[in-house]
Amino acid sequence: MDSLNSLIDGFGTALTPANLLWAALGVLLGTAIGVLPGIGPAMAVALLLPVTYGLDPTGAFIMFAGIYCGAMFGGSTTSILLNTPGESAAVVAAIEGNPMAKAGRGAQALAAAAIGHFAGGMIGTILLVVLAPTVASLAVGIGAPDYFAIMVLAFIAVTSVLGASRIRGLASLLIGLTIGLVGLDQMTGQQRLTFGSLQLADGVDVVIVAVGLFAIGEALWVAAHLRRTTGEAIPVGRPWLGRDDLRRTWKPWLRGPLIGFPFGAIPAGGAEIPTFLSYVTEKRLSKHRGQFGKGAIEGVAGPESAASASAAGTLVSMLTLGLPTTAVAAVMLAAFQQYGIQPGPLLFEREPELVWGLIASLFVGMVLLLTLNLPLAPVWAKLLRIPRPYLYAGILFFAAVGAYAVGGEALDLVVLLVIGLIGLGMRRYGLPVLPAVIGVILGPAAEQQLRRALQISDGGVTGLVNTPFSVTVYAIVVLILAWPLVYRPAVVRRRGGRKESDGTGTVSGG
Amino acid sequence: MTTEPTGPTGPAEPTGPTGPAEPTGRTGPAEPTGPTQEPAPKQDTTRSWLRDHSELGVCALLLAIGALVLTDALTMSVDIAQRGPIGPRTVPFVVGSALLLVAVLLAVDVLRGGRGEAEGGEDVDLDEPADWRTVLLLSGVFLAAAVLIGPLGFPIAGALLFWGSAYALGSRHHDRDPLIAAVLSLATYFLFDNLLGVPLPGGPLMGVI
Repeated sequence: MDSLNSLIDGFGTALTPANLLWAALGVLLGTAIGVLPGIGPAMAVALLLPVTYGLDPTGAFIMFAGIYCGAMFGGSTTSILLNTPGESAAVVAAIEGNPMAKAGRGAQALAAAAIGHFAGGMIGTILLVVLAPTVASLAVGIGAPDYFAIMVLAFIAVTSVLGASRIRGLASLLIGLTIGLVGLDQMTGQQRLTFGSLQLADGVDVVIVAVGLFAIGEALWVAAHLRRTTGEAIPVGRPWLGRDDLRRTWKPWLRGPLIGFPFGAIPAGGAEIPTFLSYVTEKRLSKHRGQFGKGAIEGVAGPESAASASAAGTLVSMLTLGLPTTAVAAVMLAAFQQYGIQPGPLLFEREPELVWGLIASLFVGMVLLLTLNLPLAPVWAKLLRIPRPYLYAGILFFAAVGAYAVGGEALDLVVLLVIGLIGLGMRRYGLPVLPAVIGVILGPAAEQQLRRALQISDGGVTGLVNTPFSVTVYAIVVLILAWPLVYRPAVVRRRGGRKESDGTGTVSGG
Repeated sequence: MTTEPTGPTGPAEPTGPTGPAEPTGRTGPAEPTGPTQEPAPKQDTTRSWLRDHSELGVCALLLAIGALVLTDALTMSVDIAQRGPIGPRTVPFVVGSALLLVAVLLAVDVLRGGRGEAEGGEDVDLDEPADWRTVLLLSGVFLAAAVLIGPLGFPIAGALLFWGSAYALGSRHHDRDPLIAAVLSLATYFLFDNLLGVPLPGGPLMGVI
């Protein structure tokens, strides 16, 4: 078992006192920021990115793994105690978790979520250890046309699979690609969209784009529609589970990852579908089906475990192919690029210490998460009562710190604000934010691979499809594109059967 | 609804009194003034039509960006030796053209009744009309902080950013707010500069201490 040895080496890196400290600090910060209402995991990770700037890459990523674990977990506390899920993956946790909290079983709901997160994350990360090196060794031989095909797949997947409207997803992607064009052309040094500005010649830093779109855009959008009466958070004691609850939750904890991990690993995006699937499965298998909707603990345990495993699944494609499929993975890829490290098949060969240290830290982070968060839950619950002006002023403040720390230039703050205003407009008009971030991150890389591939084939377009791998990927792309043509009439037919008068209604997207 | 919810990226302002005018893609805050003072009934319908179709401002913006990208690609000097069959202009050409195409397709979608769904959230109340004044204030405070961080250093500029933002968002604790802002800013400064090794400018304040 080669990967087992590497993993043990990884633990050797992760368990040094200094790195353990960084991981613990990361978990605490990640949970604290992730618990805050209105801050989803992607924003939490983006806001905390500058904290790692001063460390060496290995230490930085170990801390980052802690932040990642904590931020992914923090959101479920918010949705259980406030019933206002910050992101789509946490919706399901609120369906059952909030009624439980209202009925005085908040402690049990939090415990089911926390242990579910732990179980899902553990199983997911074990699957990552098993799968990632295999995928990487398979992918090691792929060339420029294959990379380009994968990136096209990523672009199509984020614009088509996620979100309600393809045309709006595409618009968002193109905005991202345009931002990615700014700067010097990587191959010829030609200035593009710089308008003679020296600062712009360096390009717009990915971190600034991510912080601008996720943090500033969100803060401004909330500011425009700030709810004057905020929901009351339900106070909660120390999470614990009785024997009866344990009997009901251990199976959902173990079933969740089976649903969550595969969905995370393929570029179908996010934990939205697997959490919902897990919820439906648990409802069907439960002996307490009547409790569902009124606070069934299985409905918290299963989906939380699925969400956590799906997050581990996204790391497979992110680490081995450099392909981010969720917003959090996109920010993580930006963090890698910040250190001049390009995730991909060669990552496991070139940076074994870093990548295995990172994976080992995920395990360490999960354990820390469980041991720290169960006793600290009442403290986290207090964070939910933070006055909203302070919360959003704080987001703007830390976003400014992050953007400024990237290069120490005041102009970056202006760029950050402009991108934030774009993010605000995108939220107002229903343009999804993720395709833009993916466009900025993958756009320049995709262009480089495209040009390399065509250079090899001397300009022939066949140079893009001359490997079995790329042909397969393009076939998947065609399938994704053709899917609504097959699927939508079926939906309309089903809906038409139930309600005769209900036609296709308004056209919601192209 | 008092202020027009066009967003700062593309205010839809009537360019003429007749017919459904194409919104201009100027960037900047929505201007309440304009040739809309006379309460002519026809103008009223134009305004409500524009309000319903303010998403066309997004199309105009996409169109403008597309034109910008294409112009930049066209005016690029290509005397630099081009490596490979694709030069630095090809991808901008593709992206620019795609932007124009998507702008048109989105406009068609909007005119046929398609609407982008405004994003919900934990603290977002979509039933209330948008409060663009707060957004404008926040943007101003943020810009001021960007200008001041050079001469005044991070601790002061950061504190002003936090205090100003909290004020803009409706906090009126005149005793508590500045104190929180100062403590947060100083603590962040020391945490980043000393403990985490991320340099931030101290400014004149740190020269005094």
